[in-house]
Amino acid sequence: MAKEKKRKAAEEAVDGDDYIEREDKKPKKQKLILASQIKNKEKRSAVYAKLKHEKRVEKHKKIKARDAASKQALELGEEPPEKMVPRTIENTRELDETVCRPDDEELFAGNDADEFSAVLKQQTAPKVLITTCRFNSSRGPAFIKELLSVIPNAQYYKRGTYELKKIVEYAKNKEFTSIIVVHTNRREPDALLLIGLPDGPTAHFRLSNLVLRKDIKNHGNPTSHEPELVLNNFTTRLGHRVGRMIQSLFPQVPNFRGRRVVTFHNQRDFIFFRHHRYVFEVKEKKEGLKDKKSKASQGKTEKKAIARLQECGPRFTLKLVSLQHGTFDTKGGEFEWVHKADMDTSRRRFFI
Amino acid sequence: MQNDDVIWDVIRHHHCSYMAKIQTGNFCRNPYNVTGICNRSSCPLANSRYATIRDHDGIFYLYMKTIERAHMPNKLWERVKLPKNYMKALEIIDKHLEYWPKLLVHKIKQRLTKMTQYRIRMVKLSKKVREKIMTVPRKEVKRESRREEKALRAAQIENVIEKELLERLIKGVYPDICNYDEEIFNKLLDKNKVEEQEEEEEEEAEVEYVEGDYEIEEEEELEDIEDMGDFLKANNFDDIEGDEDDLEEQPAKKKAYVSYPLKQDDGTEKVRRKGKKVVVEVERDEDMGNRQHNAMSNCAHQKLRFWHVFGRISRFFSRQSYQFEGIFFFFFCFRFFLCRTMIDLWFYSQEMLQRDSLLL
Repeated sequence: MAKEKKRKAAEEAVDGDDYIEREDKKPKKQKLILASQIKNKEKRSAVYAKLKHEKRVEKHKKIKARDAASKQALELGEEPPEKMVPRTIENTRELDETVCRPDDEELFAGNDADEFSAVLKQQTAPKVLITTCRFNSSRGPAFIKELLSVIPNAQYYKRGTYELKKIVEYAKNKEFTSIIVVHTNRREPDALLLIGLPDGPTAHFRLSNLVLRKDIKNHGNPTSHEPELVLNNFTTRLGHRVGRMIQSLFPQVPNFRGRRVVTFHNQRDFIFFRHHRYVFEVKEKKEGLKDKKSKASQGKTEKKAIARLQECGPRFTLKLVSLQHGTFDTKGGEFEWVHKADMDTSRRRFFI
Repeated sequence: MQNDDVIWDVIRHHHCSYMAKIQTGNFCRNPYNVTGICNRSSCPLANSRYATIRDHDGIFYLYMKTIERAHMPNKLWERVKLPKNYMKALEIIDKHLEYWPKLLVHKIKQRLTKMTQYRIRMVKLSKKVREKIMTVPRKEVKRESRREEKALRAAQIENVIEKELLERLIKGVYPDICNYDEEIFNKLLDKNKVEEQEEEEEEEAEVEYVEGDYEIEEEEELEDIEDMGDFLKANNFDDIEGDEDDLEEQPAKKKAYVSYPLKQDDGTEKVRRKGKKVVVEVERDEDMGNRQHNAMSNCAHQKLRFWHVFGRISRFFSRQSYQFEGIFFFFFCFRFFLCRTMIDLWFYSQEMLQRDSLLL
């Protein structure tokens, strides 16, 4: 501290300043003192507070200037200046060449020759077999019960000690279209294994953040109508495939009267599952509340059509760990996609 | 000079590094020990003539040591490979240990039996599929949970779902949700549509994948991919079909949730779904009347024609001077039709009125 003072004193001696404001943030002769370098706590916190205050003031000034400019432009009848778009991770996502394009013939050909095309074209109705890992405990059974209510035409079979490959065969004989295996770890459902049949791919998801229906406030009770499906943000080829796989679990003809919607929303490689019942309503919105000055518009009430949701059913997130071609065969199967630690190195790179 | 007793004395009463003393007794850790117990007769160090069976990679070897080689520890143990066949192995043991003390031979055969048994069991187990427990480093677990939280916040799921549902409603995917006043709703939705178009540039393009997007129409491919990618917005992708005007206005987004093929000329497809009113009503709810002509089969066409005529009649009656007669007509039909269809009819006639007034 003393050294810095002396050094500064020596420098400023040229300028002829006797006492230098140590809190001076403007770089004098390219010497910038960071607030974090001051050892005295009181002084340091004071300097830091001042710094923050200055920053805040600057920010407010900028915002005001921007608002004024846009207002002026509107009044003059010109176009308002460009609104700044905040930079988000989705905006700055790394360019992925596997993103599906609208004019991709190969994609459609692939879709037709897909394992799911039979179900998706409604040649076969989906029939789902749900089972667990060998040791099922605590939240597992409750979760499975809820899954049974979400997915129509699903059946639960106890696991016993059968090998998974045997279970796959058994299910094929009974003409199931897919198997869901709920894996429990430390008394919590931990992973979901989705196996398409007869020779569909096997997707291994990691399950997290499970909230059961009874733990949701103001939850609704689902009916047995076929639900609508909403699949969001499945952009890449891999995502497309996973999306189709999820789609093949549900019947393709929803019953709109039931007003049930099941959502799989993909965001940054996390697939969020939600289950809602919805209602369309007319909402009266008072217009012009923001603008306190123009009292004329305050009385106007605008009617807007909105949709309201009531959450029912479980809520969880999935993350794809691996996608294997063919039914379950970890040793001999061919993996289309496996998550490796290497893939997490960039924050802007997503695969689904 | 090799004196077994002296060796044993020293080992037993002082210290043997191979001895493991546990609750049930003394055990010997020496790999050449036949029985595994610390005994005078089982100690490989205290017996100058000794034999064992050891296994390397599933193959059993008979090891023998004799007093003649006691001074050459390097060449002390002689090894004979035993065949995998149990009986043959027994014969070979007998052959090599012919004049050896019976107790030792017996112990060796017992050991051989046990080892074959556990070899069989190991092979069986390795064929069975067991779950492999893998550990995940804590750093990764924490990182994943952090990222998940942020993704959840960025997702704004409820808003997205509501928007999606509204758009589907606008599209006319829902034919008969009867908990809202259809007229008001349609008006509002049209208003909403106009507002939304202004805002559309600022919205983040959500790529949505709607169930059942496999309409096999002319532009199958285009339809299918309509929901995907920023490309749609970027390239201002327009649905080429002139009929679907509203799609042109909302290029990037949704598709009618019609999950069955709407082949335009093929009446056979329709016949299958004759029972479902859904098809016809989708057409009706749309304000774009052109769509009706294309996607209908003969029977539906006839149906529509019937309602068309009906509508004209009701429109006729709804004129000022014929109000009374109109009501009578209404109730007359009421007796023959279901209530719901009557309401639909009423709305339909209102629509026709509207359209007429628009045309005028």
